[in-house]
Amino acid sequence: MLEPGMDAMIDPANERVATEREALFELLDVEKVYEVTKSEGFLKRSRRKLAALDGVRLRIDQGASMALVGESGSGKSTLLRVLLGLTEPTQGLALYRGRSVNQMRDAGPDFARDVAMVYQDARGSLNPRMTVGQLIAEPLRHFGICPEAEIPQRTNALLARVGLAADVAARYPAAMSGGQIRRVAIARALASNPTVLVADEAVSGLDVSTQAQLLNLLRKLQKDMGLTLIFITHDLGVASYLCEEIAIMYLGRIVETGPTQAVLDNPAHPYSKALRHSAPEFFEPISDPLPGEIPSPLDLPPGCRFSGRCTVAQSDCLANDPALTRQGQDRAVACYHPFAMSNISPEGIKERHVTF
Amino acid sequence: MAINGTTTPIAAARLRRSGMTRKSMFLRRPFFTMALAITFGFALCAIFAPQLAPFDPVAQSIEAMMAPPDSVHLLGTDSYGQDILSRIIHGTRYALLIGLCSVALGAIGGLVLGVAAGLASGKTEWILLRVIDSILALPSLILAVAFIAILGQGVDKVIIAVALSLIGPFARTVRSDVLQVKVQLFVEAAGLMSIPRFTVIRRHILPNVLFPLLVQVTIRISEAILVSSSLSFLGIGVTPPTPDWGLMIAEGRSFVSFAAWMSGMPGLALALLLIALSIVGDAMREEFDPKLRTGR
Amino acid sequence: MTAPLLDVRGLTLHRGTKRILDDVSLTIGRGETVALVGESGAGKSTIAVALMGLIDKGDAVIEGEARFDGIDNLVGLTEKQWGKLRGKRLSMVFQDAGSALNPCYTVGSQLASVLRRNLGLSRKTAQTRAVELLENVGINDAAARMSAYPHQLSGGMQQRVMVAIALACNPDLLFADEPTSALDVTIQAQIIRLILDQTKTRGASCIFVLHDLALASQSCDRIVVLYAGQVMEAGRCDVVLRDPKHPYTRLLKSCVVEIGTQNLDPPEGSVPPYEAMPAGCRFSTRCPRAQARCADERPPLVETQGRALACWNPEWTR
Repeated sequence: MLEPGMDAMIDPANERVATEREALFELLDVEKVYEVTKSEGFLKRSRRKLAALDGVRLRIDQGASMALVGESGSGKSTLLRVLLGLTEPTQGLALYRGRSVNQMRDAGPDFARDVAMVYQDARGSLNPRMTVGQLIAEPLRHFGICPEAEIPQRTNALLARVGLAADVAARYPAAMSGGQIRRVAIARALASNPTVLVADEAVSGLDVSTQAQLLNLLRKLQKDMGLTLIFITHDLGVASYLCEEIAIMYLGRIVETGPTQAVLDNPAHPYSKALRHSAPEFFEPISDPLPGEIPSPLDLPPGCRFSGRCTVAQSDCLANDPALTRQGQDRAVACYHPFAMSNISPEGIKERHVTF
Repeated sequence: MAINGTTTPIAAARLRRSGMTRKSMFLRRPFFTMALAITFGFALCAIFAPQLAPFDPVAQSIEAMMAPPDSVHLLGTDSYGQDILSRIIHGTRYALLIGLCSVALGAIGGLVLGVAAGLASGKTEWILLRVIDSILALPSLILAVAFIAILGQGVDKVIIAVALSLIGPFARTVRSDVLQVKVQLFVEAAGLMSIPRFTVIRRHILPNVLFPLLVQVTIRISEAILVSSSLSFLGIGVTPPTPDWGLMIAEGRSFVSFAAWMSGMPGLALALLLIALSIVGDAMREEFDPKLRTGR
Repeated sequence: MTAPLLDVRGLTLHRGTKRILDDVSLTIGRGETVALVGESGAGKSTIAVALMGLIDKGDAVIEGEARFDGIDNLVGLTEKQWGKLRGKRLSMVFQDAGSALNPCYTVGSQLASVLRRNLGLSRKTAQTRAVELLENVGINDAAARMSAYPHQLSGGMQQRVMVAIALACNPDLLFADEPTSALDVTIQAQIIRLILDQTKTRGASCIFVLHDLALASQSCDRIVVLYAGQVMEAGRCDVVLRDPKHPYTRLLKSCVVEIGTQNLDPPEGSVPPYEAMPAGCRFSTRCPRAQARCADERPPLVETQGRALACWNPEWTR
């Protein structure tokens, strides 16, 4: 449902399956710049621009499951706020079903009903003075999902769907465990019958068995309810378990997107590759594939933002900033030398950086 | 749903635990229990003053002027021959009435001002903050004196003056609570759900602010009673011959060297009530304020 | 065989009616790295804290013995005796370096003060030694970073400073309590390697408290699997993790999500509260192989086939 004239703006990298599935979210060269004041000595301050997002292109189809992966400072949270219409992009367009996300949000409760959110800090996202039952009833009542008389029944059905007993409805969030509280947050998000479920690190910080239970729950819900899932995580294992597609972010830009399995089997971007090999694997020798740390977004290196830590950077990488461009059938990568060194084993990468 | 099997024992254990702490609060805090009993005693005195008092509190008698405590006048009489015990019992009415009403009024004023200041931004916030600051700049007694100067004397005027002087401290604590609550994730989540702003304030912000305010109220009652008694002591609060403790202390002041009971007895009553109220207030705060509670 | 560096026997910690640690035994040899793994509430951090003499006394009662290199009873030492040990022969790297470092002092002065207090160095030599230590932990331009405050450093750099402080006095034993859980994955490997390299060059032993089994298999010689304050299984990483025999170790391993994991089959349920804890094996409430006696009789920790196992009904068949 694109507005006329909008087609021309769509990046070729994201055009691929336009015919098969309807695009729900589209980000067209989204930029988000914050002004920060930096103190430079006593009483001396300078205003500087901080690009939290810089040229982000992304397309999320109806029914897709998309993992947004990145480390701290990668801009995941800002991207999330743009997608939810909580902040307006400084440049570029953020579209939901072909209409601007911010306009949609201002237009009424429809967008809020369609797009539900599960916060990383599930406990903090629930009012501590309301019982679980009241918390779930709130969206039911607000969006007029069902008549008042059916609310208790509906609440119990939602609790059952996330694997909680009906008697938890009378409890307060403080009396529930970390795993249970996330289930409550998911039940509350599902109350409005959303099309899209946005989950921000919904399984991080939990014990492995609880995490596995939740992952299975999310997988089942996505399949049963036909949800579009946008899952923000730093864990590639979780991303690969839950999501068909992946977008890897580094310093405010998506550096690689594509089908999760293809990207993780053979990462095109050197950063994706590094991320892939830094995840701990049983009995593999420990590797530290990346030298240095993420630079501050206030002083980005010239050229490619990853060039400072990149093991295959060449002269053109230092001169120009690569944009996200199409790479093969359904992948896109922001790198001048994709797949470089793909013939060298992770061991080889490791050897080059034992000293730094 | 195997999870049901494990949640129930946890719930039961939690309930058991919280039940245990609630039951034992009186045992764990003997001073609190004592203070609460004393406070209740004063409250009973206030309610049943006409039945409890052996004499009319304003009946004067020349025969029994400045009588020391004896079997007839248990706490002695004052310079007009009025029975001090009866006056103290009746004075409890005024002390508690003034304390409760002024704190209630002050808390309502503080709540409105504090919530407005916490939620406003830009110029409105600046103005509201300066209003609160200016109330806070002076001690509550001096402020109350100033308001009495404008309003005049009498029980109702004292209540209003004390209430106005208490708005500042209440507004400040409410504002800081609002500032804390409004950045909580659940407030953002409610906004994300497109719930109207006013509903968010009513449903999510106010309940989280009211509770700490109630705790504040219990602590401030003693302050209000002290301020009102001070006003009467200075002779600008309640008018004689109303049986007010502050007034009684002031009247007995000149005879303190040979008839110490005239000031001493109402002073003792005032001290006892204030200490009891502060202990109750502190215990309530420590017991219920999540910021002071360690662990759960 | 020489005596192990640390030999803990029957360490038990009561707090009121709760038995936080229940008869924990473990040993660590010189130069060895051991991982304590388990879910939250397993007591893995508590063990580290107890062996550092940092248990908040209150209503805590510690039983059992811990021999540490000639010192007979580590857990019974007085605070004065601890003063000679803590930070010098035993030290610790905390999970959150940001809050473990004092925000009011520069990293240089914090590091130098440790050196002066514990080793009695002069102000000048302490400064020089501090710069060396910072260089050792891979901080570039160490002399300039000496005057940085903790908040001016990234999380990874803060953790490096923590490692430098912990290793300043060449301890014999280092506890690393989830040293990387607050860090990004690409930094995680750097820090783990740093701790391993630094302890190895000093010949020190290291106890890692971890929740990530794969990371434990990569970084440690031996592993101790804990559940609700009881040791379930212990032994060499490659033995225990390649072929876990204890149902709990199996459960933990089956729940690890790796890249390419297709199916997870986690059992429902969670750790029971202390009030509802069985007298026997604490895992029996969730164990798929639990028998009648498991809840009442505690299985002893026995050495069998290259590992220590506390289970009445282990899975010998694969």
